[in-house]
Amino acid sequence: MIWLVLGIAVWAGGWALNVWLAGRAKSTATSLAVPVVFGLTLVVIWECLVRGLEISPVLLPPPTAIGARFAASTGVLWEDFVQTVIKGALSGYVIGCLAALGVALLADRFVFLRRGLLPVGNFVAALPIIGLAPIMVMWFGFDWQSKAAIVVVMVFFPLLVNTVQGLQASEVMQRDLMRTYAAGYWTTLIKLRLPAAMPFIFNGLKIATTLALIGAIVAEFFGSPIRGMGFRISTSVGQLALDLVWAEILVAAIAGSAFYGAVALIERAVTFWHPSQRRRT
Amino acid sequence: MKSVLPVLTIVGAIFAIWYGAAVWLNAPWAHDVAARADRVLSLPELVADTWAQDKPKLPAPHQVAVELWDTVVGKSITSKRSLVYHAWITLSASLLGFVMGTVLGFALALGIVYNRVMDMSVMPWVIASQTIPILAIAPMIIVVLNAVGLSGLLPKAMISMYLSFFPIVVGMVKGLRSPDGMQLDQMRTWNGSRMQEFFKLRLPSSMPYLFTSMKIAMAASLVGAIVGELPTGAVAGLGARLLAGSYYGQTIQIWSALIMAAALAAAAVALIGLMQRVVLKRMGLS
Repeated sequence: MIWLVLGIAVWAGGWALNVWLAGRAKSTATSLAVPVVFGLTLVVIWECLVRGLEISPVLLPPPTAIGARFAASTGVLWEDFVQTVIKGALSGYVIGCLAALGVALLADRFVFLRRGLLPVGNFVAALPIIGLAPIMVMWFGFDWQSKAAIVVVMVFFPLLVNTVQGLQASEVMQRDLMRTYAAGYWTTLIKLRLPAAMPFIFNGLKIATTLALIGAIVAEFFGSPIRGMGFRISTSVGQLALDLVWAEILVAAIAGSAFYGAVALIERAVTFWHPSQRRRT
Repeated sequence: MKSVLPVLTIVGAIFAIWYGAAVWLNAPWAHDVAARADRVLSLPELVADTWAQDKPKLPAPHQVAVELWDTVVGKSITSKRSLVYHAWITLSASLLGFVMGTVLGFALALGIVYNRVMDMSVMPWVIASQTIPILAIAPMIIVVLNAVGLSGLLPKAMISMYLSFFPIVVGMVKGLRSPDGMQLDQMRTWNGSRMQEFFKLRLPSSMPYLFTSMKIAMAASLVGAIVGELPTGAVAGLGARLLAGSYYGQTIQIWSALIMAAALAAAAVALIGLMQRVVLKRMGLS
């Protein structure tokens, strides 16, 4: 009972604090503090609810138990992280993105190819490609190669569609200007059209980060060596070791956010000129 | 109409590559069988064999088409061997999840647009929630909900909901904020209440955004339902067909389930596209 009261008190306190913070002048500090307070409040309420209602840890472990498990099994978690994220997702992401960029350049060069590829690419991007996972496992074996393969297919189409769109983003006037400078195809591409396409390309790259992790983890449900985050999740669920599952999810969340954040940081450095990246003053 | 020929060319090329790859990937097995029977395959024999194996590494398109025809038309839809039966189970879960996700996303977007505290505290977490590979949680959500006594449709729908609410939130926040200051001021000079402002200005101008987000959400919720069927040892649904197919090496079954899933996604997205056209035309927006 005391836990429940405490939970409600924390909820009310966190809400009041956020209302107060949001009412103040908008600055970097407040726009950072408000979501942090919100998140912390949620975690504390979770802990209080689990303890107060005496929910079995088999159903929903409290955050403290997850934290303890995380600290206790860093070795296993690191091994899984290397297997799934570094070997599976990252290598597939790099290969898939390079392939998509190459095909996009070809499609941009030949109008016929673009007219045919763009509708097909748009169509395929909406399909449940993740279903190819069992086939990839069958073709490339249980180890990380099959995970990389499914990631390649998953990231390919969103990036292809975005890049082809981006390469057409430069205006006719700008392209005419390049022609008056007697610039050839390659000069125009490198000096004008690729930079102009960068916001679109990075949009695709950011979408692809999440897809890459999802692909690598889900592909492990179909068969994997005895390590990897997807493997650990599916076996731990079977053993009802939910605290380990949550620890893996925490790793996945951190890896996913870090991956996305890294791409977003590169984007800020590359497309500093774009209106969405300019500092609002 | 200009793009019909190029699209057909690309689709034709995909089929050509598919048939070629089927020969290439299935050839070792065909050679093995032939070597055991002390025969050497000529090229036409090899091609014929690789396109007609029982458990090929890559089934040829016509094999998949035959399997599709058998399981869609050849079986009564209540039979467990009918693909329509499995497709309906997946589709019903993803439709329920899609509706739940749309309602949740709409409610969140309303809160974010009209409440500054929610805007500042919830919006970053909505975005962060999508950098997390959420499908990884799918097995756990289903096990937990099973233990609480919920089983069948609802757990899968929850996963679909989680995947589909995000595009709706982002799209609707953008859409509800799309009227510019001039239009909002105009509403105020007419002494419009907040309700009127919402129903006569914000909601109508968010419609194009809503339909675009709904298309993305529908595709995502189908993926969610399929993955939701994977880890639980579900006995029915397209995901279960995929899993069973991969356990028993039934590649033709995997491919037919995949094609079915693709057709479902395409049909659902096309339906929303049709609604979009009709609604926007009547509103005079397109």
